[in-house]
Amino acid sequence: MPWSKEEMAARAAQEIPDGTVVNLGIGLPTLVADHLPPERQVWLHSENGLLGMGPFPFEGEEDSQIINAGKQTVTILPGGSTFDSALSFAMIRGRHIDIAILGALQVAENGDLANWAIPGGKVMGIGGAMDLALGAKRILVMTTHVTNRGEPKLVKRCTYPLTAKACVHRIITDLAVIDVTPHGFALVELAPGVSIEEVQAKTGAPLRLSPTEEVAFSG
Amino acid sequence: MVQPLIGRHRQKVVQSVDEALADLFDGASIMVGGFGLCGNPEALIAGVVRRGVKDLTLISNNAGNLGKGLNAWIEAGIVRRFIGTYIGTNEALHRAMAEGRVEVEIIPQGTFVERMRAAGAGIPAFYTPTGVGTVVAEGKEVRVFDGQEYLLERALSADFALIRARKADRFGNLRFYRTARNFSPIMCMAARTTIVECDELVELGAIDPDDVHLPGIFVHRIVEVREHEDPFEYRTTRPRPLSP
Repeated sequence: MPWSKEEMAARAAQEIPDGTVVNLGIGLPTLVADHLPPERQVWLHSENGLLGMGPFPFEGEEDSQIINAGKQTVTILPGGSTFDSALSFAMIRGRHIDIAILGALQVAENGDLANWAIPGGKVMGIGGAMDLALGAKRILVMTTHVTNRGEPKLVKRCTYPLTAKACVHRIITDLAVIDVTPHGFALVELAPGVSIEEVQAKTGAPLRLSPTEEVAFSG
Repeated sequence: MVQPLIGRHRQKVVQSVDEALADLFDGASIMVGGFGLCGNPEALIAGVVRRGVKDLTLISNNAGNLGKGLNAWIEAGIVRRFIGTYIGTNEALHRAMAEGRVEVEIIPQGTFVERMRAAGAGIPAFYTPTGVGTVVAEGKEVRVFDGQEYLLERALSADFALIRARKADRFGNLRFYRTARNFSPIMCMAARTTIVECDELVELGAIDPDDVHLPGIFVHRIVEVREHEDPFEYRTTRPRPLSP
């Protein structure tokens, strides 16, 4: 059984240690916030100018001037702060953010990330994606393993416009957790009941069974 | 070389939006504060459409959404060029782009704001790691520092900045509210003429010196507008826990 979106988010939450500042990208990564155990001290950063972001507000307490980078209404936790965009991106580019969890259209085996444009598709824009992808100390990607049309999103080389070069450390998909290593993709964990054969068949580049081995899985 | 304007720091408060926008001109470049619909100078945005200027270069993170905010400029056909970072579900802009009515330049958000910060701080250009190896790097100088590649990016200034602030005094000292701050203080620094729409005009000294978010040196005109729509772009909530 592949992981559901919520199970992927729960798995991603395990990647966030105590005492970190984390930026959650728009879409799937936003779900991770609900899976962080309350005893863990994690400060969420939102690039529109908020550190110490809390959960969505209770109905009736929404404030249109308190939003996340996805323009959704959020809350501010005690100890939170608001600031301008230049300071916010200084936090990002200046390598003060510990972890960014980003969505992806494609990830290449060398860690290249493409997540902002589909060739021939509508131009959606870049937003904070390029700054986050190279600015955060550790980049986690959360994505379905394949596209709606069944094409691999983990590929040898990105064919979509790049967000940043060689930036991704770990990928959490609905099928597996996979690391980007100097030798390419390396399997870290499988979703329950998912076989290595299935993951390799749906991955567009060789899958190593260990991050330190150069030997690829050979089916 | 534009002649520097001396002695602009008196009588900044004007009585109407129309008065605040009197010297706008066709072909002007205009920065507009706000992240999506959050922190928009709503009355100034509407005032520019009334003013009847055209061929504008709009510099703003987004260009409105859901038919609100800066969508009014796109739909009025007064924007020739848009420089920003994200379009997303902005159907008005997608339509205008498809019909060739608006030329669009999309840049990374951190570079966007730093280019404006640089302009306001007297820095003509700077190196940034953002965009190396992507389409953003096309045509730009690449330089290696300490083994890492960086792009040379130019400062970005404008003729006007239209800004929303929570509070202003008559010198133009500003306070912003929550995440409505975003690009606004930086745009104030980067424009030749900064026009502020404040929710509340307060006496000099009412904002403690330590609490000023943006000093009035960066502000040239102030209009008080008490009523705002402040629309929600995506109203997200969680259910209230049931009381025992």
